[in-house]
Amino acid sequence: MSEPLRGVIVSHAAIAQALVSAVSVITGIDGALTPVSNEGCDNDALGERLRAAVGSAPAVLFVDLPGGSCLTNSIRYAKQHADVAVVTGVNLAMLLDFVFHRDVPAAEAARRAADAGGKAIRVTAA
Amino acid sequence: MTVALYRIDDRLIHGQVVVGWGQPLDCTFIVLVDDEVRSSEWEQDLYRMGVPPHIEVVFASVDEAAERLPAWEAEPRVGILLVGDIDTAAALAARSARVKRLNVGGIHHRAGRTERLRFVYLTDAEAAKLRQLAATGVEVTAQDVPTARPVPLGEFT
Repeated sequence: MSEPLRGVIVSHAAIAQALVSAVSVITGIDGALTPVSNEGCDNDALGERLRAAVGSAPAVLFVDLPGGSCLTNSIRYAKQHADVAVVTGVNLAMLLDFVFHRDVPAAEAARRAADAGGKAIRVTAA
Repeated sequence: MTVALYRIDDRLIHGQVVVGWGQPLDCTFIVLVDDEVRSSEWEQDLYRMGVPPHIEVVFASVDEAAERLPAWEAEPRVGILLVGDIDTAAALAARSARVKRLNVGGIHHRAGRTERLRFVYLTDAEAAKLRQLAATGVEVTAQDVPTARPVPLGEFT
């Protein structure tokens, strides 16, 4: 692939920015993830923020909830761009895996990230 | 029980509506009034995503909504009616006298609008339309979530 995948985190309030910071602190990798907040946006404005964040690179959009304005606008965007995939329920574990595996097509990276994120959700022994 | 909330929200169905209002109201149906969404199966699928299965989502044009409002208001269930902009709200109110109150829940920044509240941006023309609605007897307040104070129209237009 000519250009590595970009990850765009689409969230309510400041969750996206906090996740980007956490990934940077843990891995030392900067620039792989871009935060987008829906704060103060109607649907058109959020779509515009997504366009600016994704640019021309293939991308995975990591959305916080499996419904609502972050998801509906991400899916609208992905529908118009074949090299963009959407994952819901973003968590830190899936992002940590993603930044080290960006040399695959967006759909494959999205499946891998969802798997990594799901495996991180556990009920631990006391 | 009835349509408990008539809301203008340019994000239409989203977390603040489904969770913020839906939970305390024990809402089990949402009516989305929007001519464009009503004509697009794909947009309807999109808005259904993320709505819990116990909440029915009904899509209606303005004309359909005006006709079906009496039935929705007679429902034993609690519902929320959503429109995406002031023009749609005004069109519905013009066709049905049953629209007696409007919650301005979210109108965000666009060119030409100025901030009236943290979650309400209006042009002068939009503010005037809200005042016209109020003059016809519709109670208009702004309130993003149930725990916030309903702000009277005079305080933000």
